[in-house]
Amino acid sequence: MSGGTRLENANPVIFQRSGERLLTAADEDEDVQDPIDDREIFDILSINDPEHPLSLEELNVVEQIRVKVNDAESSVGIEFTPTIPHCSMATLIGLSIKVKLLRSLPDRFKIDVHITPGTHASEEAVNKQLADKERVAAALENSSLLEVVNQCLTSRSI
Amino acid sequence: MKEALTLLHRLNGHPDSRCWFVSWSPTGTLLASCGGDKAVRIWGQEGDSWVCKSVLEDGHQRTVRKVAWSPCGNYLASASFDATTCIWKKKNDGFESLTVLEGHENEVKCVAWAPSGNLLATCSRDKSVWVWEVDEEDDYECVTVVNSHTQDVKHVVWHPTQELLASASYDNNICIYKEDDDDWECRATLQGHTSTVWSLAFDATGQRLASCSDDRTVKIWKEYPSESGNDLSWKCVCTLSGYHGRTVYDIVWCRLTGALATACGDDAVRVFKEDETADPDQPVFSLAAQATKAHNQDVNCVAWNPKEAGLLASCSDDGDIAIWRFEEED
Repeated sequence: MSGGTRLENANPVIFQRSGERLLTAADEDEDVQDPIDDREIFDILSINDPEHPLSLEELNVVEQIRVKVNDAESSVGIEFTPTIPHCSMATLIGLSIKVKLLRSLPDRFKIDVHITPGTHASEEAVNKQLADKERVAAALENSSLLEVVNQCLTSRSI
Repeated sequence: MKEALTLLHRLNGHPDSRCWFVSWSPTGTLLASCGGDKAVRIWGQEGDSWVCKSVLEDGHQRTVRKVAWSPCGNYLASASFDATTCIWKKKNDGFESLTVLEGHENEVKCVAWAPSGNLLATCSRDKSVWVWEVDEEDDYECVTVVNSHTQDVKHVVWHPTQELLASASYDNNICIYKEDDDDWECRATLQGHTSTVWSLAFDATGQRLASCSDDRTVKIWKEYPSESGNDLSWKCVCTLSGYHGRTVYDIVWCRLTGALATACGDDAVRVFKEDETADPDQPVFSLAAQATKAHNQDVNCVAWNPKEAGLLASCSDDGDIAIWRFEEED
């Protein structure tokens, strides 16, 4: 991340960003209640990659099809795909996704963040750590780690 | 006959924060709570309502994860993510900080007082369990550090009558320790859960241990006469699955009624009762009552009042503390 450090994945494949959400008449009608949907969650996930000046969407780390929202049951499930199977940033990326959703969604939501099955060498260990709210809470009390997470979450001007 | 859980009180215990744990004083008159706001609060009943009697601040720099009363009720121990355990002594109407136990490398996850009051156990993310000895001058000395787990140790609990200690871990196992020549050793490892074991509770006799896990099950373990040598023999005699929708964070066995209560990440509080007619080697527990929306967020802890049967406290990520009555309905 700092200058001079070699990037783990120096030449990632870059994907096209999806376009703006198309608004429907119902979206603009204030009397219609809009449930939180997959696209809305996906848009919340405009998170920066810790290594590259790119968003997780541009690196295909997050994809809309891997976002599952059930507004009625107050659940959100996200699968993210590290760019390489040995990516040491996987836990940090997962933590950033989780923090972003915790900060953005109403408290009633249960948020599950997992690695896309079969895409990371330490998939099980990373998933277990991300699911442990006590460890997540302790990690977020660590100011240097919190700063790194916040950097990933700061919107970058395009 | 039908049982129900009725809400008696709801307190905004740790506003804008998370309430991690609640603990009744030995006489059942006070309730201590702790949370993400780094404070311990003491609650007592005044007339028909529960009020905050004191706030123990400035003891910890980070989240206070658990709080425990000494058996005499004159001391409180608080375990914190700041790697320390504070001992507080009752003074007049409040509590004052007596000493700080240091030594763990990182987050202290739990603290528990032995029934004699002479021993204290702590555990941490540093994978170790420490046993501390307390002398009459209020001095605390670490007598043993045990490293029997391979991961974060989440919970420690003492046997109700013997000097026997149990711990639960992120490594999915439970360890049981006994003293041998001034040294505490792991004498049994209970394997069976398929994810983190979050909490443990002995029954009134101490012959059985209940555990709850991220695998969404509850297991009941029973002690059997040792088959070989010194090792203790504990076997899983019952698994409760299908009841809990998410991680089960806490379990508690009522010493007065034998009812088993759980705190779950699906926002519910559940109470299970044992079928008295079942074979003791194959106990049967059934769901007697549940409050499905007990809290607005994950329920982190449940605690039965030690003196008043059926009185149950719970607390949640929403910062609230709830007090329930579990009873048979006509």
